[in-house]
Amino acid sequence: MTTVFRAKRILTMNPSNPEATHVAVRDGRILGAGSLDDLAVWGPHTLDERFADKVLMPGLVEGHSHTMEGTFWRYVYCGYFDRMAPDGRIWPGCAAIADVIARLSERDGALEDPAAPIAGWAVDPLYYGDRRLVRADFDQVSTTRPIGVLHASGHIMNVNSKALEMAGLLRPGIDHPGVPLGEDGLPTGELQGPDPMMMVNTLVGFDRDMLAGDETGLRQFARLCVRTGVTTAADLASLLPDEAVAMMARVTGEDDFPTRIVSLRRFHGLTPAQLIERAVELKGQSTDRLRLGKVKIVSDGSVQGFTSRIRWPHYVNGKNGLWYITPDELREIYTLALAQDVHIHTHTNGDEATALVLDTMEQALRASPAFDHRFTIQHCQLADAAQFRRMKALGMCANLFANHHYFYGEQHLTKTVGPERARRMNACATALREGVPMAIHSDAPVTPLGPLFTAWCAVNRLTAKGKVLGAHERISVDEALRAITIGAAYTLKLDGEVGSIEAGKRADFAVLDDDPREVGRENLKDVGVWGVVQGGRVFAAADI
Amino acid sequence: MTAPEPPAQIPLTVIGGYLGAGKTTLVNRLLRRADGLRLAVLVNEFGDLPIDGDLIESRDGNVINIAGGCVCCSYGSDLMAALMDLDKRDPRPDHLLVEASGVALPAAIAQSASLIAGYALDAIVVLADAETVRAKGADPYLADTIAGQLASADIVVLNKVDLVPDSGRAAARDWLSARAPHARVLETVEAELPLAAVLGSGAERLATPESHHDHAHDHHPDHHLDHQAAVFTVDAPVDAEALAAALAGAELDLVRAKGFVPGRDGRLRALHVVGRRWRVADPPPGTRGPGRLVCIRFAAAVDTAAIERLIAAGG
Repeated sequence: MTTVFRAKRILTMNPSNPEATHVAVRDGRILGAGSLDDLAVWGPHTLDERFADKVLMPGLVEGHSHTMEGTFWRYVYCGYFDRMAPDGRIWPGCAAIADVIARLSERDGALEDPAAPIAGWAVDPLYYGDRRLVRADFDQVSTTRPIGVLHASGHIMNVNSKALEMAGLLRPGIDHPGVPLGEDGLPTGELQGPDPMMMVNTLVGFDRDMLAGDETGLRQFARLCVRTGVTTAADLASLLPDEAVAMMARVTGEDDFPTRIVSLRRFHGLTPAQLIERAVELKGQSTDRLRLGKVKIVSDGSVQGFTSRIRWPHYVNGKNGLWYITPDELREIYTLALAQDVHIHTHTNGDEATALVLDTMEQALRASPAFDHRFTIQHCQLADAAQFRRMKALGMCANLFANHHYFYGEQHLTKTVGPERARRMNACATALREGVPMAIHSDAPVTPLGPLFTAWCAVNRLTAKGKVLGAHERISVDEALRAITIGAAYTLKLDGEVGSIEAGKRADFAVLDDDPREVGRENLKDVGVWGVVQGGRVFAAADI
Repeated sequence: MTAPEPPAQIPLTVIGGYLGAGKTTLVNRLLRRADGLRLAVLVNEFGDLPIDGDLIESRDGNVINIAGGCVCCSYGSDLMAALMDLDKRDPRPDHLLVEASGVALPAAIAQSASLIAGYALDAIVVLADAETVRAKGADPYLADTIAGQLASADIVVLNKVDLVPDSGRAAARDWLSARAPHARVLETVEAELPLAAVLGSGAERLATPESHHDHAHDHHPDHHLDHQAAVFTVDAPVDAEALAAALAGAELDLVRAKGFVPGRDGRLRALHVVGRRWRVADPPPGTRGPGRLVCIRFAAAVDTAAIERLIAAGG
């Protein structure tokens, strides 16, 4: 059974056959792309013309996201920017604190139990001037139920008085750098950093952990993938206990599940040797739509949270951040992983963390020589040209956080690292010039899922205020489109299967309303997504 | 109807230090020696924590129940949740130990634990490997982290001193004295330390006159260890705060001082000193006189004359 899809144009990302009008599909895989005549060699077929006025690209690949994006949509969206929910509804951004309060009040009115909690997410007081959110703001919504709203950065939460009271925090004498106090000596309601936030997380309705996996969240995440043209998404840090793996295998294996999920096991709770053993075990449980066996390591914190490890001259306030792993464990993991062909992705934000990864990789490669390991540095935000050259020399890949400039660029200019380093953050042009295999990502839910938006960010490097940040690190539209397809696939070692439209590969397509190369670089993010074809199965965003 | 008394605060000791310094060894020793104390130990992860099989009574996910009423929990990335859970356990633990990960800052852990009203910081104990601490402290990636760990220590355990020559031991001590100038430095082999030095809790029992002598040498688990304890009776009222501050002074070099002393108003006050850190609080309900105090020094005799002078001077 062969189907030939006809499209207005097919951008294959295959350099030896860059454009086509037809693609033939059999058993979920591509027989070939070309003209209808070219495909006649495959014999009888059904001609599917529904994409006759659409542009096909390879299914987009998100190389760093979290299926938790799907989970968050059960909480109240309080972000400053418009954002698309899994059902396709565009939630308008909250332009002022009053809008945040109004949105929470709406949920309040819909709840019968006066003690039921309300959890919200993505609030960003940075956009509301110097005024900070305080508990009195959310007390306007309710004084009987606990309310907590997570900031967009994920590092701060604002709560109402009831939540503080229930957590035992509405008392004088608190002395913690993450719990600012008001003039009355009581906490203001802003809780900074993981420890203070943990005290209220479950009280306000955030699930303490998703250890066993969140089935609804996974399904919601997949809907968002269809709406954004994504057919393969990396879920970059799960604990993957057996019950979660079983759930994910069952859900992704359903006939109508539209996304290939690459889920990485986070280094946590195991020794390095146990970690590698578990990764090898997980690799053997992979299916077509659930790829397992890779490992994620977090080496430092976040730039905007002042917890990333940054080389001298450190942050502009002279401080440096925190290590989240010991160099010794990192070396042991790398060495074991290279010997057993386990693929490692390491989160670094600051350039000192990147330096540690490079030094460690050099030592590990000497101890366990390996080729084509494709160890990938995730975020890698502050790397300089010399570090990219070392990545190239060591065979490493970089997946850069292109979306960051748009949401946090203004802060980086003035508050975190200052203009020069802010302009070289996520240096896509340097990475490509130095020959480092490169992808770009959203880190959803930290920023919204949507590779075309991510590509737009890398191409234009605009902050939310419309300022160009790092003009010399802008890349071309073609380079960006490569990064969100074959580039990201390469970092996942899937470039032989997905990331381009060519014979033998999976029939994964993003179905677009326009040719992203022709809309103008400033409009790249606005290219409409009709839906996807995944493994030859058609999923329309309108029906998902 | 009166509100119920809030339960007594659980003393909390944070154990920090870089990977390989001996934290896990120390934790295991303490669990073996708990000697009737309900000890709760929070570790970052079980990993290869070698809790001897004969000690384990049952295991349930993140919690290992250990013979004698102790419990060991892994907290992973959610220390606060583990602390909140422990606070609700019945019976509540007598003492809580938190083992920090190799690059964590113990002072930050102590500060976070202080958000939970049920805990009172007892001490920060930082282990240092006598063989490698100077090299790790000079590692450009680790220097500030290790300096930060040591600077917050009330007690530094200089471990594995058997593996370095005397000159290396002296050099390590010199090096430490610049980085942890206020901490008491205890030299150990295989993290062999008296319970009383690490927890103070044992000291409390030593301070109960009748029980003191019950601990005959062949029963007392710490008898062979290189520490000196001296017990004092405090009959006359003293300024408890002033006495505690004086006992925390560097000259006396005490690792621990603990006990109950009559305050200026004649009411008993509980006094805790760990190296340079001290606090004075209300004693547990039902505590009766006479006032008594136990002082512990490591590897040298307690200066009893000096302490008696302090007590006689009323603090």
